[in-house]
Amino acid sequence: MEALWSHLPALQIVIPLLGGVLVALVRRGSLAFALTLVVSWVLPVVSGLLLYQVLSTGPISYALGGWPPPWGIEYRVDVLNAFVLMLVSAIGAIIMPFARRSVALEVGERRSAWFYCMYLMCLAGLLGVAITGDAFNAFVFLEISSLSTYVLIALGRDRRALVAAFRYLIMGTIGATFYVIGVGLLYVLTGSLNMVDIAQRLAVAPPEQARAMVAALAFLTVGISLKLALFPLHSWLPGAYAYAPSWATVFLSATATKVAIYLLVRFLFSIFGGALDLRSLPVAEILIALSVAAMFIASFIAVYQSNLKRMLAYSSLAQIGYMMLGIGIANQAALTGGLVHLVNHAIMKAALFMAMGSLFYRVGTVRLTEIAGIGRKMPLTMGAFVVAGLGIIGTPGTAGFISKWYLAVGALDRGWWVLVFLLVASSLISVLYIGRVIEMAWFRPAADGLAEAKDPPLSMLLPLLLLAAATIYFGIDTRLTAGIAGEAAQFLLGGLR
Amino acid sequence: MTGEFSPGLILILGALLVPLLRGRLRAIYMLALPVAAFAYLLTLPQGDLGIVNIGGLSLNTLRVDKLSLLFCYVFLIATLICVVYALHLRDTVQHVAALIYAGSAIGAIFAGDLATLFIYWEGIAIASVFLIWSSRTEESYRAGMRYLIIQVGSGVLLLAGLLIHYRQTGSLAFGVLALDAPGGLLIFLAFGIKAAFPILHAWLPDAYPRGTPTGTVLLSAFTTKVAIYALARGFAGTDILIPIGTVMAAFPIFYAVIENDLRRVLAYSLNNQLGFMVVGIGLGTELALNGAVAHAFADILFKGLLFMSMGAVLFRVGTVKGSELGGLYKSMPWTTGFCIVGAASISAFPLFSGFVTKSMIMTAAMEEGHFWVWIVLLFASAGVFHHAGIKIPYFAFFAHDSGKRCQEAPLNMLVAMAISAALCIGIGCFPGLFYGLLPFETAYRPYTLDHVVAQVQLLFLSALAFTILMRTGIYPPELRSVNLDAEWLYRRLGRSLLEGARAAGEAAWKLLTRGFGHGVSFAIAYVRRHHGPEGLLARPWPIGTMAVWTTIMLAAYLVFFYL
Repeated sequence: MEALWSHLPALQIVIPLLGGVLVALVRRGSLAFALTLVVSWVLPVVSGLLLYQVLSTGPISYALGGWPPPWGIEYRVDVLNAFVLMLVSAIGAIIMPFARRSVALEVGERRSAWFYCMYLMCLAGLLGVAITGDAFNAFVFLEISSLSTYVLIALGRDRRALVAAFRYLIMGTIGATFYVIGVGLLYVLTGSLNMVDIAQRLAVAPPEQARAMVAALAFLTVGISLKLALFPLHSWLPGAYAYAPSWATVFLSATATKVAIYLLVRFLFSIFGGALDLRSLPVAEILIALSVAAMFIASFIAVYQSNLKRMLAYSSLAQIGYMMLGIGIANQAALTGGLVHLVNHAIMKAALFMAMGSLFYRVGTVRLTEIAGIGRKMPLTMGAFVVAGLGIIGTPGTAGFISKWYLAVGALDRGWWVLVFLLVASSLISVLYIGRVIEMAWFRPAADGLAEAKDPPLSMLLPLLLLAAATIYFGIDTRLTAGIAGEAAQFLLGGLR
Repeated sequence: MTGEFSPGLILILGALLVPLLRGRLRAIYMLALPVAAFAYLLTLPQGDLGIVNIGGLSLNTLRVDKLSLLFCYVFLIATLICVVYALHLRDTVQHVAALIYAGSAIGAIFAGDLATLFIYWEGIAIASVFLIWSSRTEESYRAGMRYLIIQVGSGVLLLAGLLIHYRQTGSLAFGVLALDAPGGLLIFLAFGIKAAFPILHAWLPDAYPRGTPTGTVLLSAFTTKVAIYALARGFAGTDILIPIGTVMAAFPIFYAVIENDLRRVLAYSLNNQLGFMVVGIGLGTELALNGAVAHAFADILFKGLLFMSMGAVLFRVGTVKGSELGGLYKSMPWTTGFCIVGAASISAFPLFSGFVTKSMIMTAAMEEGHFWVWIVLLFASAGVFHHAGIKIPYFAFFAHDSGKRCQEAPLNMLVAMAISAALCIGIGCFPGLFYGLLPFETAYRPYTLDHVVAQVQLLFLSALAFTILMRTGIYPPELRSVNLDAEWLYRRLGRSLLEGARAAGEAAWKLLTRGFGHGVSFAIAYVRRHHGPEGLLARPWPIGTMAVWTTIMLAAYLVFFYL
């Protein structure tokens, strides 16, 4: 037991990786699902233990294969990435039961084993990016998750899914290339790939290296911005989310961009933060400007969408703007707000996309004009949609309010009143697009084609209701979310020069 | 963290079980809720009990002191009475809304910080609107909508105010606030809307008469009294409240006299009673504050009683238009009797509750040297007797016989009214016990010779005026056609004035905003052109474009970094 305990960081990655291989060998749909479910449910236990360990005894360093860092690959878990690991694995565990029927319908029994295999690979990749303390290893995991994501998207029923996956493939590859160039520059500068080691070496680097360092920062920021779909590098995301199988969208929207944001935070604060005086560079200004642009432009676009999955995808882009805003403002409150929004948005958006998945499962459409009056036919599904939608708007009493509150406090601490105003104004736009759906679903007479519709089976309904309840719960009790995010923010800001 | 929770939560959470129960079980359960909350309240010591830490903020959800206790007592009594009064109803929505509404009001009373207050403040707004909507008429739906907009608007002001206040002071505690800071001012406005300050009051006579017979009783008890409590807590002794309260006490009188809908008359008289309380809070002396909260306590009971009697009439006859009623005392003798008790209380007859509470405010005004305030309040007292004390019972139950015959009110309504009436008389006859509950020690004696004589004189004079007006046939509602004409004129005048103002405003607006209007429509078209489904920003960009953007971004970063 003791032995297992010390290898927890490795288990976090090995379990889904081996699980993926096993699922690919099994090939039978239901057995594959069962295996995936077991893996998905074990992972949050592992990350929960890691988080507990980190919170009680401080960062964990794990030398993979016994090769000590900085030569070998180090898995390094501190409060920030323990938080992200917990988020990704918990979301995966909660939404997994939803997958069976949804995937069987949209991907087909025959191919669902491949789907689960890709999912586990993707999960392993995302967890790997979060856990590793090695910049190049992060690239490898990033590629694992990206490649499997392309497949997940391409498995969608709509033929446009292929185009969307292809577009994402090209853009993702460009992003990854930029990332590698950035890491390469750092390697030239420091001769090291270990993040902690790089940070230490950069901190004592001679001033004439600053130019190359800044170039590395630019490459890394742009490359990761592409991965996390920060405006204007977002164009791959709406199509990918709209046409991927419903459940893949649920998973990706809740986790993929979050891990990319984590990676950016890691580079900005833990690596460059100690070496460069970030306040003398216009990093914050650029990030804030792009975030505000994302908040408004994406929200406006969402208002005009008729495909609801696409609408929610644009809403995700706007919400990514909120998270990046917190990172841009970069003080205790705002960074807490940005980080806690990783969790809150994951919960709310997963619930919203699951509601869409349930709609598609029962009605076969997610077009706004075809779901008139669906609220009375599928009251629980659309009820959960309303709750999570209120969260997206940022209504007090929901998780979304907490994030925005911290962001507003952070902006006020800096004396940036305009940002608070923009924050509220952009929330008002989200009232429009969420309200449009609520109005159509609840206040219209039922359309003819919906007579047979009813709430989905329990396996799909329970995860949905659970996350809707979590939206409310984390709007009231924030010890678990804002508490840990606050600690992570403190930890990150402490490392700044 | 201390583990005590607000007694309001007993009602709020308890309400959620109501839909599951039926029949007698539901009745017993609903009666048990306020009793349980009261029993729980008795176990609580005084102090800050419900400290909760949320996201680094320390919230105080349960502050028990004499002021909050007094309001909680009367709210629980009102809840119990209203539950009894509504027992005959099968409308689950109303029952649940009523309990959540009462629970939110109690939660707000115990809120020790502004954030908790805000949450319950919104709870009050949202739960109460269902009591208006439950009338299920087009009219009530619209009135409820207007009510909701204004109430939520008040909540938004409160939120904005508390945020600014928090920024400036770093504390969310709900203590004494000042008007000189923007935060305090916004909070004051939020309270003012709920307390129906003049000009901000329009929602009250608009919405209350459109509630259900039972719902309006609740509405009259909680929303405005929470605001009075909040003012007493936050703005006691604020000078501006004295003129505001004085105007508030006087102006609704005129509306009440010409109004035909008796529940609207009561709504105006509610507004006028609130004026007395606001003056008391503005005076800010111990006696005045005691008077204000005591009057709030008494007002909940006697105004509730009057609304209950009118509710019973509405329930049995289907209308509360003064011109269509009359002679009902033959059919509803008990209701008539209770209504007269309520009328006597609100008119401050000696031995009824209004007398022992209102006179405290009047005395305080005199002691502080506000002679004109005292005069206006005196006039308002006479006016109250005139429109609420005489007009209501007279036109509903006596006057000319309308020929309407109906059953006496249902037993549960009578029981509820009897409890209220007993309390009204009890407080009036034994003020000493009641004074013991007040926030400040008091040696005030209401039954001195000059008080009693002055009050009785005033009442008789007012009664005399009414009698003369009736005898000579000048009193408006008796001259039905004249009254309708007057009302019609009043409406037409109002409308033509509005129309004129609108036309003038429109012209000015057009002149002013031709450019601006173009700007707005241009902006909307612009947003649609770029963000609409076919817009540049929403179209899927070709891969080449995306790649170009990536390069541009990299170039931008490098340029900005090296600049």
